[in-house]
Amino acid sequence: MKLTLKIWRQAGPREKGALATYQVDDINPDMSFLELLDVLNESLMLKGERPVAFDHDCREGICGSCGFMIGGVAHGPLKLCTTCTLFMRHFKDGDTVTVEPFRAKGFPVLQDLVVDRGALDRIVQAGGFISARTGSAPEANAMLIPKQNADRAMDAAACIGCGACVAACPNGSAMLFTAAKVTHLGELPQGQPERNHRVLRMVSKMQQLDFGGCSNHGECEAVCPKGIKIDFIAQLNRDFLKASLTDEMETLKRV
Amino acid sequence: MGRVSAFYDSLVGKKIIMAATGFILFGFIVGHLLGNLQIFLGAEPLNRYAAFLKSIGELLWVVRGVLIISFLLHVISSIQVALANRAARPLGYAHKKNIETNYAALTMQIGGPLIFLYVVYHLMMFTFLTTGPGYSHTDVYANVVASFKVPAISAVYIASMLLLGFHLYHGTWSMLHTLGISNAKSNGLRRALAPTVAVLVAGGYISIPVAVLAGLVG
Repeated sequence: MKLTLKIWRQAGPREKGALATYQVDDINPDMSFLELLDVLNESLMLKGERPVAFDHDCREGICGSCGFMIGGVAHGPLKLCTTCTLFMRHFKDGDTVTVEPFRAKGFPVLQDLVVDRGALDRIVQAGGFISARTGSAPEANAMLIPKQNADRAMDAAACIGCGACVAACPNGSAMLFTAAKVTHLGELPQGQPERNHRVLRMVSKMQQLDFGGCSNHGECEAVCPKGIKIDFIAQLNRDFLKASLTDEMETLKRV
Repeated sequence: MGRVSAFYDSLVGKKIIMAATGFILFGFIVGHLLGNLQIFLGAEPLNRYAAFLKSIGELLWVVRGVLIISFLLHVISSIQVALANRAARPLGYAHKKNIETNYAALTMQIGGPLIFLYVVYHLMMFTFLTTGPGYSHTDVYANVVASFKVPAISAVYIASMLLLGFHLYHGTWSMLHTLGISNAKSNGLRRALAPTVAVLVAGGYISIPVAVLAGLVG
């Protein structure tokens, strides 16, 4: 297979970037997209050029490290997959593919396709946790949790924090990510005491970190490699409204 | 005030206000449509209904007050949200493919202001009677027929109602979601509700100029 890649090249956070065109020949259809970049980088290094920087770690779709825009879609054209589990057989021989970093004010570009997604960690730091010591894993039947709540909590907890939702959102919003974290703890008994506090603080933090708001386009759900549903955003909205109406004034203070 | 300002400071809070005021304005749009459709019953029922609205006096101003406040909140919060959303992606994509969203959702910020302009024109025409082909203060039926006989007025009206339909198509779905009215079981129903509402409202309004132009009314 042969592909023409138009890749965003940017030497550093403050440098100006631009798309550069590369031709890659002899592509094995069973390569992942990251392996395609590995092959390209080897040829660039042999020519003495700077290789394309990109984030990656597990390369099996579970860590959330990799991710960029491939042909205008976060993680590329295949549904429910991360960039590392997208294979070249999903492309046509001779295609031209644009490769760009995730773009949002909250995700500054560090180099080429690498963006700083630390903002997502800071949203979690604002309230996406349970502050009581819970000890080691409890005995399975010590605290009964209805099956549907456990299922919803698990579905929400599938979020790997890759940031594709932010990248795909026309508003650069981190609502799906935040909603997944809010729902994941909000469905469980352990999450109840801080439930109001959590949603108010996480929503406030998200806004403070320059992410946009939700217009219910649904683009995030369409690209999420873990199939997180926008139903969780409705859950966040419901929790936010309830917390705003009922919570102690103390927790309404901004983060 | 602390609670209210903390709520309004949030983009989620602003969206909830847009949804709630949107719901109130939607209620007006449906009520107004039902009033207008009385034109198909003839001149006398429509004019009687118009006279009834004028006769309720203070109550009419209460309703108008609620609508004006809702309208202002809807517009102001939507502008603030739109500006924040735009600022959240200073550098756009060279190539971006949208998968799930639709034309109606992406053009809310264009359709909204156009509907606002239409409302101003509509109020000038039928409430303040400052424009249009010779209107009466009591004969609403004659006013409607006279104006819709002018093809240009009908065309502007139909175009505006199509815009309103688009606005309601995304608005209905978005409002329910923003107010948190969602669960997996009712999602199909909510998805089907949006186009139904949009077609019924836009179609209902558009039926009036079409009937006048076709000579069925007047």
